[in-house]
Amino acid sequence: MQTFFIIAILALGFLVTFQIAKASEYVSVIRGEEKSRKQSNKINAFLLLAFLIFGLIGVYYCNERLAGKILGSPASDHGVLVDRMLYVTLAVTFFVFVVTQFCLFYFSFKYQESENRKPYYFPHNNKLELLWTSVPAVVLTVMVGFGIFYWFKITGNAPSNSMIVEVTGSQFKWEFRYPGKDGVLGKKFYKDINDAKNNPLGQLWNDPANFDDIYGTTELHLVVNKPIQMVIGAKDVIHDVGLVHFRMKMDAVPGTPTTMWFTPTKTTRQMREETQDPGFVYEISCDQMCGKGHYSMRGTIVVETQEEFDQWMVTQKPQYLVANPSKDPSAAKPAAGGAKSDSTGKSGTDTARAVAMAGTK
Amino acid sequence: MSDAIQLHSETVVGHGFHHDDHGHHQSFVSKYIFSMDHKMIAKQFLITGIIWAIIGGLFSVLFRLQLGFPGQSFPILETFFGEWAKGGTIKPEFYYALVTMHGTVLVFFVLTAGLSGTFSNFLIPLQVGARDMASPFMNMLSYWFFFMASIVMIASLFIQTGPASGGWTMYPPLSALGQANIGSKAGADMWLISMALFIVSQLMAGLNYISTILNMRTKGMSMTRLPLTIWALFFTAVLGVLSFPVLLSGAILLLFDRNIGTSFFLSDIVVNGEVLPNEGGSAILFQHLFWFLGHPEVYIILLPAMGMVSEVLSVNSRKPIFGYMAMVGSLFAIAILAFLVWAHHMFVSGLNPFLGSVFVLLTLLIAVPSAIKVFNWLTTLWRGNIRFTPAMLFGIGFVSLFISGGLTGIWLGNSTIDIHLHDTMFVVAHFHIVMGVASMFGMFAGIYHWFPKMFGRFLNNTLGYLHFWVTMVGAYLIFWPMHYQGLAGIPRRYLDKSNWHSFNQFGDLDKMITVVSIVVFAVQLMFVFNFFYSIFKGRKVTTTNPWGANTLEWTTPINPGHGNWTGEIPEVHRWPYDYGKDGREFIPQTEPVGSNESKH
Repeated sequence: MQTFFIIAILALGFLVTFQIAKASEYVSVIRGEEKSRKQSNKINAFLLLAFLIFGLIGVYYCNERLAGKILGSPASDHGVLVDRMLYVTLAVTFFVFVVTQFCLFYFSFKYQESENRKPYYFPHNNKLELLWTSVPAVVLTVMVGFGIFYWFKITGNAPSNSMIVEVTGSQFKWEFRYPGKDGVLGKKFYKDINDAKNNPLGQLWNDPANFDDIYGTTELHLVVNKPIQMVIGAKDVIHDVGLVHFRMKMDAVPGTPTTMWFTPTKTTRQMREETQDPGFVYEISCDQMCGKGHYSMRGTIVVETQEEFDQWMVTQKPQYLVANPSKDPSAAKPAAGGAKSDSTGKSGTDTARAVAMAGTK
Repeated sequence: MSDAIQLHSETVVGHGFHHDDHGHHQSFVSKYIFSMDHKMIAKQFLITGIIWAIIGGLFSVLFRLQLGFPGQSFPILETFFGEWAKGGTIKPEFYYALVTMHGTVLVFFVLTAGLSGTFSNFLIPLQVGARDMASPFMNMLSYWFFFMASIVMIASLFIQTGPASGGWTMYPPLSALGQANIGSKAGADMWLISMALFIVSQLMAGLNYISTILNMRTKGMSMTRLPLTIWALFFTAVLGVLSFPVLLSGAILLLFDRNIGTSFFLSDIVVNGEVLPNEGGSAILFQHLFWFLGHPEVYIILLPAMGMVSEVLSVNSRKPIFGYMAMVGSLFAIAILAFLVWAHHMFVSGLNPFLGSVFVLLTLLIAVPSAIKVFNWLTTLWRGNIRFTPAMLFGIGFVSLFISGGLTGIWLGNSTIDIHLHDTMFVVAHFHIVMGVASMFGMFAGIYHWFPKMFGRFLNNTLGYLHFWVTMVGAYLIFWPMHYQGLAGIPRRYLDKSNWHSFNQFGDLDKMITVVSIVVFAVQLMFVFNFFYSIFKGRKVTTTNPWGANTLEWTTPINPGHGNWTGEIPEVHRWPYDYGKDGREFIPQTEPVGSNESKH
């Protein structure tokens, strides 16, 4: 019933507006079309000026209201570069924005139709064209230069002392793998992925590098001020590792591993103090449409000191032992020397290759 | 005066002031349905486009409801959408279907077919001085292929598993695997088939536009005397003809992957515990194929709007367009660059960073011709004598939006900033302003300006002003604050942000945007009502040239029949922008150059 009333009121409003509009046409005929046209011309010119003024006030007001809600200072070294580029670009574009919008609306107001004005026949002027071709070209060249310089810094090779973590996206969760003491991620093959057998990433158990690999889900642990290299993949569809606080982002593509690296510069605790928000947490968002749960594909990151990280790491059990409980008590050195050939006949997996590539400078 | 003009062996075209005076009899079907008259085909494109715009716009209102009021129940939704909105709340699957369809419909069916389809068909023969398109029959086919594409797409909305819902970009593997996404069942096949039909339509249309512009200009209409609308529509057609086939190939390969077990885009996939046999494909390959069309597509949408706005600004400033050759040159530069920037959609896809840097350079280069256009439009207004018709207001609005949205392109085109802003609401704000709303404004400018030529009547002015002001203010209210959501890193296509610590701070803003978008949508409905009402009951046009314009379409009768001109096609003696020259308000293109006329 309520819906019905709303629709009825809307329809009525529609009708009334339309009748007024219709009547205004008759009125203009009675008053003389030329006269009413001139009047509406004046009104619209005035409105355009008002739009400029209130628009610029609105831009200011919007910034006052919302600027505090966007992100604080970046929490990674790369984030600093991204933010610097962003603010430089903001300054340049905002200046151009104000000047051009001002010209547009002010000219419209100032040169509204008037009987005593003769429009100025001004079809072209090569000097002016040259001016506004060359100035933007120069400014943009500078911005491209800076942008590419930063871009290569960010996407360049990871430092050799970086810690490697593998991040795998699947509908709709994040999984992580740490290489363990040997610092090498073991080989894996997608056909070996089997949750029932406690092998969610398809690790090959005959690769010794896999014996100490730690598996985790949802929460990722990183060490502050230590470069971190992510090897990113996906099981089913394309996802995207989005790290807003670090200003980093990279797609997770099934079949095509990707990498990115950065150095977290603030621990979770420091961020809590800085933002005065005890509930603060680094989040991993999925930034590439991945299905019905896309909006809820959330992971978290704990950035901590090396000691805290080591303490946490000690409590973790390698996935190899979870998947092969028989090997558990007897420990970390089973006699699996023949790991070079594996059962599926697939050697070198994509992840292993990606790590190898990222490792060689 | 009464010779029949032989157009084609099967089409004898009559003449006379009213179309019912035609020399040959036309049945209802051949006149209104399977028509070969470019003007009727233009109207068919326009009206189909308007219907699609209502559907696509309604979709956006529905998903805005979810965004503004997440989790709130609107029982009316269940009444209409049943299972998809059980309990009156929009299910995620439904939300993604709405988003996908909104994008597809608006980009392809409204702003490609509805915009360039309408105005290329309508304006090219009228403004170059031709009786019809180079091939009227192919022209008719182009509409009917579009119609079939529309039918398939509409039908996909009603199947049990719903329409495609993997985003309008249809990235595989999501779009390839029914197990991963309900919309990737039959809905995705129908999407791809519809798109294939649509591309065929676009190719036939594009070839026709190009050959008509190149071959069928009237006497004296050299290329440098073409109105800028025609130049823009020409480059649009070239872009379409060269880039749409690439999407066709992508769509067909994806159909193969979906249905006959190939692995073009699939590799190493385990979906819901099921291990797929596909190996060796590349999901990134599809992105290249998609964006090789997808980016030119942006300009296929934008260039016609630019062309029409150039015309409207000049006519209503009573002043020549400033820098005609620079305007043509910048259109050309944009058209070339449009092909060389596609990978800026893929900066974070794992693309080689060096390749990325090349695309940064090429992408930001587009800002140069864009800046030229903006400054030339501003100079056109400068010292004019401006009449604010609704078309003119939409033209000014277009320039304003093009500036606002274009400048944020400089942010996103710079890969360093794009790392942070990629796939966030910032992108949504950017492309809606610069491509979506701006092109819509161009389309509105075109409709208000050429409606008298199309239907021999005027649209209601008061409703036109209301339409402009609400849409203009609304567009900025909706999309300006959205930039801040993007700066906060909120990803696109998040239907509920309440579980996120970083993204849940904009609840009030989302509500405001939703309310404004409902108001704006209501005003668009008002425009549609105005449109259809005015076709039959609008004020009648009493002079052939109501706007005092120079171009050829205003030398035809008020209601031109098939063949456009009753007598000979007029000869052209000058460029179309002699406004305010030598103290004369306007000098039509058909007027010979006087001996003592000043040179420009």
